[in-house]
Amino acid sequence: MNFFMILKVALRAIFRNKTRSLLTALGIIVGIAAVIAVVAIGQGAQAMMIKEISSIGNNIIMVFPGSRTQGGVHGGSGSSQTLTAEDGENIAQDLAHLVRAVTPVVRTGSQVIYQENNWSTQIQGVSVDYPEVRNWTAEDGVFFTEADQRAGARVCVLGATVVDNLFTSASPVGQTIRIRNMPFRVLGVMARKGSNTMGHDQDDVILVPFTTVKRVLQNSIFNNVNMLMISLHSLDDITAAKEEIGALLRQRHKLAPQAPDDFNSIDMTEITNTIGSMTKLMTLLLTVVASISLLVGGIGIMNIMLVSVTERTREIGLRMAIGATPSDILLQFIAEAMALSIVGGLLGVLLGTGGARLVGRLQQWPILITESSVMVAFLFSAAVGMFFGFYPALRASRLNPIDCLRYE
Amino acid sequence: MLINIQKMFKTYRMGENAVHALDGVSLTIGNGDFVAVMGASGSGKSTLLNILGCLDTPTSGTYLLDGVEVSRMSRAQLAHIRNQKLGFVFQNFNLLSRTSALENVELPTFYNRGFPGRERRARAVRMLERVGLGNRADHTPAQLSGGQQQRVAIARALMNSPPVILADEPTGNLDTRSSVEIMTLFKQLNQEGITIVMVTHEEDIAACARRRILMRDGQIVA
Ligand SMILES: Nc1ncnc2c1ncn2[C@@H]1O[C@H](COP(=O)(O)OP(=O)(O)OP(=O)(O)O)[C@@H](O)[C@H]1O
Ligand SMILES: [Mg+2]
Repeated sequence: MNFFMILKVALRAIFRNKTRSLLTALGIIVGIAAVIAVVAIGQGAQAMMIKEISSIGNNIIMVFPGSRTQGGVHGGSGSSQTLTAEDGENIAQDLAHLVRAVTPVVRTGSQVIYQENNWSTQIQGVSVDYPEVRNWTAEDGVFFTEADQRAGARVCVLGATVVDNLFTSASPVGQTIRIRNMPFRVLGVMARKGSNTMGHDQDDVILVPFTTVKRVLQNSIFNNVNMLMISLHSLDDITAAKEEIGALLRQRHKLAPQAPDDFNSIDMTEITNTIGSMTKLMTLLLTVVASISLLVGGIGIMNIMLVSVTERTREIGLRMAIGATPSDILLQFIAEAMALSIVGGLLGVLLGTGGARLVGRLQQWPILITESSVMVAFLFSAAVGMFFGFYPALRASRLNPIDCLRYE
Repeated sequence: MLINIQKMFKTYRMGENAVHALDGVSLTIGNGDFVAVMGASGSGKSTLLNILGCLDTPTSGTYLLDGVEVSRMSRAQLAHIRNQKLGFVFQNFNLLSRTSALENVELPTFYNRGFPGRERRARAVRMLERVGLGNRADHTPAQLSGGQQQRVAIARALMNSPPVILADEPTGNLDTRSSVEIMTLFKQLNQEGITIVMVTHEEDIAACARRRILMRDGQIVA
């Protein structure tokens, strides 16, 4: 028998028992669909995180006060009083050969009011260099100036979401909003950035000079900050820059040589690496899930193929009588098992991509379906059919023609 | 000689005692012969025919088919011999259900590597016409009468132009009229030079053959 004939016979056998074939292939369908969907969702999220990191700028180092906690994950900011805006200025001046710009970040939250509208949002106290550090500029109006910063002026720049919620029609530039019942003049509106992977809306923010936040909003006499955000000239300098920044801060904080750092710094490559190891873990889990479901699906196929061989004993006998060799019979039943699992695999791919798209639409989640994941799913389902179809096919091929023809 | 078997034994062990289904059979059948094998039930007729058809292997003895010793061949080699040299007609027709008459007739050529694929359909149609079923090509076995099904089976047996046709009670499931049709067909085929070996219980069916063999207890007695 040639290839096309084997294929035709196999497909016909499958379609003869549609319901049974579908139920048999269900294990494969569900297994493949689950893998395709989860991979699509996972890869989409990863691609988006990477894109987002590059939008923050992957040449950024963030320095937090307090000692480094386990695993490089920062606990809570502001727990220590050690990091100041002057530290930042010092870094910008002394390490100018590595550092492009530095901004302190002081965070607070508040209800803000414009006329009869109000909105709860995050207030970030930053320096005039913030737009340069973040690579993010005011689209409408201007950012605040050096003079505003020195004076601790009651001025602000709004994120697009804040504008959406406070202002209905008129341009906010030049208007006055109230933060903690104090009037602030709106200087400008930042360009829209969109939400990040965690669903956090980056445009839901009001930027104010950090001096204003400390003196006016927090009423604080200390000059500590929650974070220093430092951008570098080049990504290549990241290791050197981290070392020099560390050395400078230790010197400024007068730490004894054996004392631990009273700050900790994270750069974007570290975060990228963390995402990488998360992806690896997910891949491992997926492999386990996929293996189990394909195993279950494969056993289902083996079971139904054994039934099929028994049911078609007379057909096997007849085929042998008219000249089918044992290997013809072997191939025929393996082809049938493979056709079953491949059709199941294809349905699984369709179901998986459809499911992933649906999740993507409903949850606003990015979806990435790669050709390689589809190919791997396809090859795996074919392999499952071959593996689990082999034993029933071998049994069929070893049958004796005369016993088959007499079989009732 | 087309068929030559010598001192053929087929013994089934049933626990303590042995059943000698064939008990030292020697037989030669010439080219173009038409042989009817008769005998009581259990006398070994089917056993003999199955061994002649290379469907079963003897316990001992030699079997020369068309000058080739086949009794010690591998399963794959026997499959090849069955495909090329032998056509089978069974009592219960053994057609593939839910498959058209035409496709049933085509079936042996799929296991015949030398057969040119593009001639398959045309030849199958010719074979169906030959058995008088040219207008039933699309019918499935369930849509055909017993006599028609047996004629489809004969068309299938002719597909690879074998020199020998083996038939085990080909009219056993048929009424008299259909039986007569089948026998007329067999006589025609035999006149065209095909050797036929047929098992039957019926006198008038056996009368169609040129030669008769009578079996009793695994031996040829006449
Ligand atoms: N597979 C087997 N196992 C055991 N004994 C068998 C087997 N096949 C046949 N026999 C025995 O061999 C003997 C011959 O059987 P065979 O089928 O050849 O008879 P037969 O002449 O064709 O009879 P019938 O006219 O009823 O078809 C019988 O006694 C039968 O019981
Ligand atoms: Mg019999």
